[in-house]
Amino acid sequence: MSRIKVELKKDQVDKIKEICKAFDNAEGELINVLHKVQGTFGYLPAEIQEVVAQELTIPIAKVYGVVTFYSFFTMLPKGKHPISICTGTACYVRGAEKVLDEIKKVLKIEVGETTADGKFSISCLRCVGACGLAPVVMVGEKTYGRVAPEMIKGIIAEYADQ
Amino acid sequence: MSEYKIHALVCGGTGCRASESDKVIENLQTEIQKQGLSDFAQVIKTGCFGFCEKGPIVKLIPDNTFYTQVKPGDAREIVEEHIVKGRKVERLLYTAPDSDEKVSDSKSMNFYKKQIRIALRNCGIINPEDIGEYIARDGYEALGKVITSMTPEGAIKLIKDSGLRGRGGGGFPTGLKWELTRKVESDVKYVVCNADEGDPGAFMDRSILEGDPHTVLEAMAINGYCTGASHGLIYIRAEYPLAIERLKIAIKQAREFGFLGDNIFGTDFCFDVEMRYGAGAFVCGEETALIHSMEGNRGEPTLKPPFPSVEGYLKKPTNVNNVETYANIPVIINKGAEWFAAIGTEKSKGTKVFALAGKVNNVGLIEVPMGITLREVIFEIGGGIKEGKKFKAVQTGGPSGGCLVEKDLDTPIDYDNLIAAGSMMGSGGMIIMDEDDCMVDVAKYFLDFTVEESCGKCAPCRIGNKRLYELLDKITKGNGEQADIDRLINLGNVIKDTSLCGLGQSSPNPVLSTIRNFGHEYEAHIFDKKCPSGVCKALMIYEIVEENCVGCTACARACPVGAITGERKEVHKIDPTLCIKCGACEDRCKFNAVIVK
Repeated sequence: MSRIKVELKKDQVDKIKEICKAFDNAEGELINVLHKVQGTFGYLPAEIQEVVAQELTIPIAKVYGVVTFYSFFTMLPKGKHPISICTGTACYVRGAEKVLDEIKKVLKIEVGETTADGKFSISCLRCVGACGLAPVVMVGEKTYGRVAPEMIKGIIAEYADQ
Repeated sequence: MSEYKIHALVCGGTGCRASESDKVIENLQTEIQKQGLSDFAQVIKTGCFGFCEKGPIVKLIPDNTFYTQVKPGDAREIVEEHIVKGRKVERLLYTAPDSDEKVSDSKSMNFYKKQIRIALRNCGIINPEDIGEYIARDGYEALGKVITSMTPEGAIKLIKDSGLRGRGGGGFPTGLKWELTRKVESDVKYVVCNADEGDPGAFMDRSILEGDPHTVLEAMAINGYCTGASHGLIYIRAEYPLAIERLKIAIKQAREFGFLGDNIFGTDFCFDVEMRYGAGAFVCGEETALIHSMEGNRGEPTLKPPFPSVEGYLKKPTNVNNVETYANIPVIINKGAEWFAAIGTEKSKGTKVFALAGKVNNVGLIEVPMGITLREVIFEIGGGIKEGKKFKAVQTGGPSGGCLVEKDLDTPIDYDNLIAAGSMMGSGGMIIMDEDDCMVDVAKYFLDFTVEESCGKCAPCRIGNKRLYELLDKITKGNGEQADIDRLINLGNVIKDTSLCGLGQSSPNPVLSTIRNFGHEYEAHIFDKKCPSGVCKALMIYEIVEENCVGCTACARACPVGAITGERKEVHKIDPTLCIKCGACEDRCKFNAVIVK
C-alpha cells in the first residue's frame, strides 16, 4: 500500500484526543473510537493511529492491527464522491463485474484508488441488502439500482461538476 | 385522534428507499392534504414487505390493494382515483407472470400464499418508529407474561419445548443455550444480539431490525430474565445505517415506556440494551470472534470450550443469539410451545426466513414453514427463473454453503436435510442460478470472498483457501490440468478438517459441491478449454460470421488493440492472438456478425 505522509495540525490532534476522551480513553472502545475518528477525518492514516494509540495507552501495532482487519476502515483518503459497487452474490450473478469494469475504464483507476482530481474513488462492498435492485452501485449516499454498464458514463457525469 | 378509513402503507426498507419511497410518502401526504382527507386517510412508513423485486410497494388497507413500482409521480393518481373515488389504479397493480392477470389483493399473490410470517409478522404492517403500533400487535405482552408470571426455568422449558433452533446458521437449540448460560454462576452476565449479517445476498436480519426493532428488544429482555443477565448488547454492522437509526429510536421509546431500564413491570428485574458496531468482517458472525470484536480487538475466533455461555464478553457468561431467533421468541411465549412445534418438520420447528435473490423472478424476503420444498420456494413463491431460462442451481448458506441442483428440488428444507444434500441452512441466503452461470466461476467468486474474509489465524484457512482460489483461477483461464480436480478435493477436505472456526470449516463447500454436481463443467474448462456457459472470458473466442459482415468497419474502430482488420465493404477478421476479449466489437456490431464461441 502506498504510504501518504500526513501532518496533523494541533486542532486536529485535539479533536482526536477529544473523541478518545468521550469514550473514557478505554481500550475496549477502540473500534468505536476509530469509527468516530474516521467519520470526522474520512480516513485513518498512520499519524492518526499514533495519536489514538497514545490516548488509549495501547501499542500502535494493536491500532494498526484493528484498522487493517476490518474492511470498513481505510488508511487512504476516499474521493469526494466515493463510488461503491456491491459485489454481493446477488449482484455478482446479475453482472456487477461488468459494471465494475466499466467504472474502472471510465475513471481510469483501480479498486481502492482515487482519481487524481480527488473527485472519485472506487471500492467494492459486500451486499447493501438491496438485492431486488441488483446490480447496485452507490455514489456517496445515493443508491443506483439495476445498473447496466451503459449507464455508468451518465451516472458519473451527474457528479463531474460538483 | 381521527379514525382513519384508509391506511396507505409504504415500504421504508433499504431496497424501496433506494427507489425513492421516501418521496412517494411525502407526495402521498401532500396529495391527501390537498384533497382535505387528512382525517380520512393516513400514510404509514413501514418496514420491508419482502417483495423487493417490484419496489417501491404501496399497500392500501383495508382492501389489501398492492401497488408495485410506485413512482413519486404516481401519488396523485393513487389519492385521486383510489382514495377519493374508490377505483383501483390498474396500471400499478401487480401482474401475475403465469396468467398475465392483474392481482389486486396481496393475499391472492403466489408470492404470499405459502408464506407463514412469524419472525416477519410485523414487517410491512407497523410503523417501526412508533412503539404504540408494536404494542397494539401484542408487543411486550410476552415480556410482561414471562417476568410477572413465570420462573426463568419455566420460560426456558417453554422455549426448549418449542424446538426453536438458532437461525444464524448453526441450528443449535435455543432453549438449551439459554439453560447453559443460566446454570453458570456469575455476578454479571450478558445477552448479545448478533446482527452482523455478513452473508452477501442475505438481508433478513436487516429487514427485521428495520421493520420491527422492538421485537428484538423484547426478546433480549426475556433472554436476560431467563439467563440472569441485566446487560444486553446488539452487535450490528456499520453498513446498516437505517437499522441502526431505527434501533436507537426503539431503545429510547422502550426506556420511556419502562420496558427497558430498572424494575421492569414493577418487578425487581432490571435490563438495558446498548449497541456495538461492527466494522466489516464476515468472520465476526462467529460468536467468539464477535465477542472479541465487541471488546475492541481484531475479530479472531478462539477455540471452544470455553463456550461463551461460560466465558464470553469480558470473560463473563454471555448468551449470543441471532436477530431472527429473537424475533420468534415473543410469539412462542404468547402462543405456546405446542403451537410453534406444530409447524415444520420433526427436527426443525417453525419457519425460516429466506432472502431469495439472483436469477429468480420475485427477488425478496420470504418466510416459509420448515419442510417446504425448494421447488415450491423457487417456482411458486419465487415465480420461476428470470426470462424463462433454465434453472441450474441454488446456493444456500452463502459462501459457507453449497449448491443444490434439479434433483434436490423436492427435498423438504430443514437443517438436517440441507446438510445431507451437501449444503447447509446458513443464515438463509438463497441465490438462484440459471443456465448462463458458470459454476466454476461461481465457486471462484465464493473463494475470492473467503480469501478476503479469512482472519488469517489458522494456516489451512489462510493459505489453503488462497491455493484453492489460485487453482480455480487457473482453470477458468484455460490452464487447468487433469490433476487439478483431485488437488481441489484433497485440499478442500484438509481445510475443512483442520480449521478452527466455522468459516474455514465450511469455506471449501462451494468448490466441493460444484465439483460433485457439475464435474462436467470443470472437465470442459480443463480438457476442452471451453466455458459451457460463456462466462469465463479467457476461454472465449470472438469470431466474425462472414455472411453477416457488411464491412462497415465499426468493429475495427471499436477494437482497442487493433486486432480486427479488413477493408471497407469487405468481410473483417479478428486476430485471436491480439484479441483481449473485451467484447467491444460485439457491442458495436449492428449486424450480429460478431459471435462468441
